[in-house]
Amino acid sequence: MAYALQQLINGVTLGMIYGLIAVGYTMVYGIIGMINFAHGDVFMVGSFLSLIALLGLAALGITSVPLALALTLIFAAAIAALYGWTIERVAYRPLRGSFRLAPLISAIGMSITLQNFVQVSQGARVKPIEAIIPGGIQIMDQGGFAVRLSWMQIAIVVITMTILGIFTWLVTKTPLGRTMRACEQDLKMASLLGIDTDRTISLTFVIGAALAAVAGFLFLLYYGVIDFYIGFIAGVKAFTAAVLGGIGSLPGAVLGGLLIGLIEVFWSAYFSVEYKDVAAFGILIAVLIFMPTGILGRAEVEKV
Amino acid sequence: MTALRDAFLSALVALGLFAPLVGLVTTSGEHGLLLELRPIATAVVVGLVFLGRLIVLSRRGRTRTASAPSNRALAEKVSKAGKYVTPLLLVAAVALPFTGSRYYIDLGTLVLTYIMLGWGLNIVVGLAGLLDLGYVAFYAVGAYSFALLATNFGLGFWTCLPLAGILAAFAGVMLGFPVLRLRGDYLAIVTLAFGEIIRVVLINWVSLTNGPNGITGIPRPTLFGLAFSMDGGPGTIADFFNVEPAVIQRIVFLYYVILGLALLTNWVSLRLRRMPLGRAWEALREDEVACRSLGINVRNTKLTAFGIGAMFGGFAGAFFATRQAFISPESFTFIESATVLAIVVLGGLGSQLGVALAAIVMVGGLETLRDFLSFLGDQMNSPLFSGIASELPLYRMLIFGLALVVMMVLRPRGLVSGRTPSVALHKVRDIAPGLVARGRG
Amino acid sequence: MLSVSGLTMQFGGLRAVDGLSFQAKAGDITAVIGPNGAGKTTVFNCITGFYRPSGGSIGLTHPGGASHKLHTMPGHRIASAAKVARTFQNIRLFAGMTVLENLLVAQHNTLMAATGFGVLAVLGLGRYRAAEAAGIEKAKFWLDAIGLTARADDPAGALPYGAQRRLEIARAMCIDPVLLCLDEPAAGLNPRESDELNKLLMRIRDGGCSLLLIEHDMGVVMRISDHIVVLDHGRKISDGTPAEIRNDPAVIAAYLGEGEEDEVPA
Repeated sequence: MAYALQQLINGVTLGMIYGLIAVGYTMVYGIIGMINFAHGDVFMVGSFLSLIALLGLAALGITSVPLALALTLIFAAAIAALYGWTIERVAYRPLRGSFRLAPLISAIGMSITLQNFVQVSQGARVKPIEAIIPGGIQIMDQGGFAVRLSWMQIAIVVITMTILGIFTWLVTKTPLGRTMRACEQDLKMASLLGIDTDRTISLTFVIGAALAAVAGFLFLLYYGVIDFYIGFIAGVKAFTAAVLGGIGSLPGAVLGGLLIGLIEVFWSAYFSVEYKDVAAFGILIAVLIFMPTGILGRAEVEKV
Repeated sequence: MTALRDAFLSALVALGLFAPLVGLVTTSGEHGLLLELRPIATAVVVGLVFLGRLIVLSRRGRTRTASAPSNRALAEKVSKAGKYVTPLLLVAAVALPFTGSRYYIDLGTLVLTYIMLGWGLNIVVGLAGLLDLGYVAFYAVGAYSFALLATNFGLGFWTCLPLAGILAAFAGVMLGFPVLRLRGDYLAIVTLAFGEIIRVVLINWVSLTNGPNGITGIPRPTLFGLAFSMDGGPGTIADFFNVEPAVIQRIVFLYYVILGLALLTNWVSLRLRRMPLGRAWEALREDEVACRSLGINVRNTKLTAFGIGAMFGGFAGAFFATRQAFISPESFTFIESATVLAIVVLGGLGSQLGVALAAIVMVGGLETLRDFLSFLGDQMNSPLFSGIASELPLYRMLIFGLALVVMMVLRPRGLVSGRTPSVALHKVRDIAPGLVARGRG
Repeated sequence: MLSVSGLTMQFGGLRAVDGLSFQAKAGDITAVIGPNGAGKTTVFNCITGFYRPSGGSIGLTHPGGASHKLHTMPGHRIASAAKVARTFQNIRLFAGMTVLENLLVAQHNTLMAATGFGVLAVLGLGRYRAAEAAGIEKAKFWLDAIGLTARADDPAGALPYGAQRRLEIARAMCIDPVLLCLDEPAAGLNPRESDELNKLLMRIRDGGCSLLLIEHDMGVVMRISDHIVVLDHGRKISDGTPAEIRNDPAVIAAYLGEGEEDEVPA
């Protein structure tokens, strides 16, 4: 019971991170119908940006932890947003109207590029940092097994909820969100009605990349170690989350993220750590085959 | 003037992108990570972006008007040149071992392995239009089938080769059966996941695969029962032909084995293209719905493409295992799939010659360049050239990734595009690339 | 020949086809007409297996006596076994393949059977060569019928629009259908092309293949149809010869929008 509770806490924390990445996948898919394969690597870049910012701020002598974290978060999100914008501009925009697999191939190319760019520029070694928010509280103790809730986990949930709250407000309540939803419904019609669809698509990538950077920041703080390869696996898992929740659906992405996080943690705890990635990939295949519309997605009718 | 402003803005963006990741490097210090400044590298990268943008903008102004006809002229030129390039390449491939250079033969073997993988994947991606991101899984199935059959049951290479192919094809059909009705992009992701699952299983199923340590002592192939052994005893090549045993004999033999396998792959795909099956693959790539309305069993047709592509992957895997005499899961990562896919895409999705050229340039060319640079470095005692040479392998995948993006943006139909009809009433004429579909949902 | 009874197709909350029943006689040209959104294409997609009907049955009896339950068959079997061919409202040719290749792909099942599971033909053995020659002969016959022999080696995507329409029909005929379903074959054709099309359709009917067509062009429908079924809001509102349909008040009302109560789906 206590063990399961601990896994639940860990699973929710991990799920929050996946959810943040999954939102980026689902937004891009909803608006231009492509799988932005490079999104996981933007998350990885965001994580490295956070690392560099933390080290840089320390070198500059900023010792206040909350200030350093806030500055890091803003810096990483801003630069990652620039990455998102550039990627869309360079690798995807010229391909509108090309054959269907072209953007996907381009995205795979971009993913390989980002991964190897970071490997070349920052080195292939893992990058460990010390815990920045140590400690936590003990919730219960059952037969010698202490269930712990670390401050870091609380921070992750709070930050994710806040960011997602702002994001939801942005999408549902502002004119920007309205144009985004219009483009998602019907890109051609939106453009006929005078919406600058290119700008809206750019914004989608910018927002998605910023959210991925937040996830990267949290990942760095939570695990304390990153390398250039984290984007690939996390990307596939977050994509699984987006599909599981119903691709195109924003609440679905968060829900899917939570489910994938929970499944991964419980699988590792009760079955086998070695095969935890197999579990995630297996779920991906199963969901795509048996319920391709996901939990909250809409069914598509094939037009003939 | 506007071009200059535009280039300046691009450089500014590049500064934002590269200043943190190129300009500030995290290195391990005594008390954890440290930051190291690299202003020159950043300036170089940003400068390159500025210049590159300027060049692109100035060229765009001039070529926009003439681009369409020149493209077609180029395509025609390439297809004409292809008639001469193909026999030349073939002669060069057959003649290569006569150089006697072990280095070139080894490099040739590597390039041919990728050509064979490329041709195998080309059946799936180029002809049938199914994006397979997990092709390496079938390569791994072939390699491990052979390695396990050989080490556990003492079977030889030539017995295992067809078995490895059949097992890989079986794996392809098993995977394909449930997933081939998925839309193109979903299929791509599922094959990717499958490739990763195979790799994770290979790492963790220690009792069967010996896990990350891999399998050693995989037997080498024999020539009609004669072994390439260094002891020169009875039943070996050296004994039979009464020559001194030398490693080069085995290397040359392996080279011709992979050349033969690659040519077999090519021959079968070319034959199939002229058969109803191959035509059905291409028709599927063009329009799946129309195929269904004509009574073509879409799933079975896709399965055959998947299975035959997987089979050639399996052959190549068995060859890889016998050549290395050692395999481990490390050789079967997503990077391998991506490399082969890049070769197929750069080659022009469906063009056999294009795949061969892409593999030669991307695999052979980079190796040669590295060699040349380190040679220059040695000769001129220049640490710059040697430095670049030693780092070049790191840049290889970076170049591959960028090449994929650039290719999709500039020439989405590949280096060698257009399509030769499989049958003609009058005279065969190539089809302009613009009309040919490249796989849809 | 073809008998549709109680056919119903539901998409979520929308009932696109509602309890439709009609018969198409062998050797007839049967037209399905109706205003936009009446459910014509949905009916077609049910008959040709692209949609699985929510209710009702579709039966097809071959002139030889064999009968097929189309509503239970997978899509490709409807073409290969039940011999129902179709064309599409927005032309779906294999644009990057030549005209001849398009016609050969349509004979896939016949040709494939001659390849000995592909293995023999790859080795150059077996009777594939003869089968392919026969396939090309059949293709030549239809090329001649649609007047495209000279363009046999051109990519299908490079043909003018009218020729693409004719080629799609020829391609469908290459599966040797007993029933050919045409989805707006005259759409976008000029009067001369429209006339050619009429002649082609008559020729196909006289060759023993029944036709079922959806058409907006009333000129075409009235001239060549033997039997007309009129749909509105997914239901049949009339059924008869062209002369009967012309004078049916329900049809006139549906087309001219009279009788407001008809506009509101029941």
